Amino acid sequence: MEKSLNWREFVITRAIKASGYSAIVFVLLIFFFLMREGLPAIGEVEAGNLFSLRWYPIEEMFGILPLISGSIIVTIGAALIAVPFGIGTAVYISEIAPRWMREILKPLVELLGGLPSVVLGFLGILVVSPNLRILLDLPTGLTAFTGSLLLGGIAVPTVVSVAEDALDAVPRAYREGAWALGATKWQTIWRVTLPAAKSGVLTAIMLGVGRAIGETMTVMMVTGNAPVLATRLGSLFSPVRTMTATIAAEMGEVANGSVHYHTLFLIGIILFLISLTVNVLASSVVFRTKKRAERILS
Amino acid sequence: MKRVISIIFLATFLSLLLMSCGSSSANTASDSPAQYIENKGSDTIVNLALAWAEKYQTDNPEVRISVTGGGSGTGIAALINGTVDIANASRKIKDEEVAEAQSKGITPVEHIIARDAIAVIVNPENPVRKLTLQQIADIYSGKITNWAGVGGEDRPIVKLSRETNSGTHVYFLETVLRLGEKENKTLFSTDTLLLPSSEGIISEVRTNPNAIGYDGLGYVPDDLVMIAIAEEAGGNYVLPSIATVNDKSYPIARDLYMYTNGEATGILKEYLDWLLNTEAQQIVAELGFVPVK
Repeated sequence: MEKSLNWREFVITRAIKASGYSAIVFVLLIFFFLMREGLPAIGEVEAGNLFSLRWYPIEEMFGILPLISGSIIVTIGAALIAVPFGIGTAVYISEIAPRWMREILKPLVELLGGLPSVVLGFLGILVVSPNLRILLDLPTGLTAFTGSLLLGGIAVPTVVSVAEDALDAVPRAYREGAWALGATKWQTIWRVTLPAAKSGVLTAIMLGVGRAIGETMTVMMVTGNAPVLATRLGSLFSPVRTMTATIAAEMGEVANGSVHYHTLFLIGIILFLISLTVNVLASSVVFRTKKRAERILS
Repeated sequence: MKRVISIIFLATFLSLLLMSCGSSSANTASDSPAQYIENKGSDTIVNLALAWAEKYQTDNPEVRISVTGGGSGTGIAALINGTVDIANASRKIKDEEVAEAQSKGITPVEHIIARDAIAVIVNPENPVRKLTLQQIADIYSGKITNWAGVGGEDRPIVKLSRETNSGTHVYFLETVLRLGEKENKTLFSTDTLLLPSSEGIISEVRTNPNAIGYDGLGYVPDDLVMIAIAEEAGGNYVLPSIATVNDKSYPIARDLYMYTNGEATGILKEYLDWLLNTEAQQIVAELGFVPVK
């Protein structure tokens, strides 16, 4: 009896340990793979070409700046939409909505998060982009802004569900304390509950932005994919080409090991570095605010 | 003791895994005799190839034909890698592709199986009905940016194109933007929208009166307007149709190809021969392409 228990224990602990380590192993393998396939591009493509403003791979023009700017502008637009909407929804669900409303809203938001991005892309092509063109009097509705709107929609459920969990975890005593001091509902939310849940809310924003920058299918369908450098705010309302859409559109056709192939992987590395930077920045902010929140609350 | 048991466990697991792999590969081998044709490539041809495959399979139930799209480059790459029997291409195979194929011991053989015309399309609200090749080239290279420049209303021109990996894109670049001249290095203007599918181009032209797009004649729906094209100013403006492509008066038309490894033999040869008979070429016409005979 004891022996079989030992044996089972052994297998289970080993299995859990292996799955824990496997995450690290996979990340490292992916990282090495990206580096191996992408770094040769730096030697193969001249710097002048790589940092030019023209992306036209069939003529060996590999200017990646328009692609980077495209991804950044679409993501900023998406964050501007997803952050206020997401946090607003989370605050409403967690702090204001009556219980029955919360029970309807929360599953609905999570359902929205489960929508396949290609479905949103179709919605974008058939509904959002034609109406946006007429509404804003643009030459075309396939713009960075259209992408931002839809990506915002994709990121909102992520932001809502993480932020709502964080708000929910704030002890009830904090709110009661604020009310006892005569604070209004709004003052309680803005000065007490949100600051107390700050690290969770920041994680929510970070995850939402991460979701937006990595999204591929929707942006490929609605942003027009024109590799123009986005330099001004007005670029938000013209077509752009993102890094993810470029990789998705071109990787299937490219000859294995060619310069174009390596350059697409280089774009993958840049995307990876951008996500990493966002993560590192966000977690350092989270750490700092945690300390401050602790100071305030102690 | 613990160690021994875990090794036995692992060994059993591994051997089970190996056995399942072995049996599954044996299965696929017995299910797919020489009667299996793998057909892949150009998205322009994919509907035609599917219609052909369907018809041929109903008449010859012992043959299985699988058809996938992905683009001419994808098809030819698959032929070079030896994963398909027939590569569909809407452009001629490139010299470097032939060289790569030969380095892997594969000899691509060309078969012209249909003809195709590229129609330039606009929204019905746009009054422009005819353009010269030079005007279309100037529009796509960014020299003309307003419809007023080609006799239309005062509207910005939104240029739509297929992605760079599409055979149609390359063909349009060479035939229209560069007017067929080898030394001409004209490029698409950077603000040309590169859409991943024919459907994307059609739905944007359908809703946007500023748009100009191009697509295979077979894919243009009735509610969009095709532009009559003249090879040079003062020339004859010709609308694309089966008749004008066959008499070669329409300037943006091309051959469609299937490539095989070496001269086709056996079932493959029978299929390719069948493609050129009246019945199969009838399907070509029904799908809006142009029969070779």
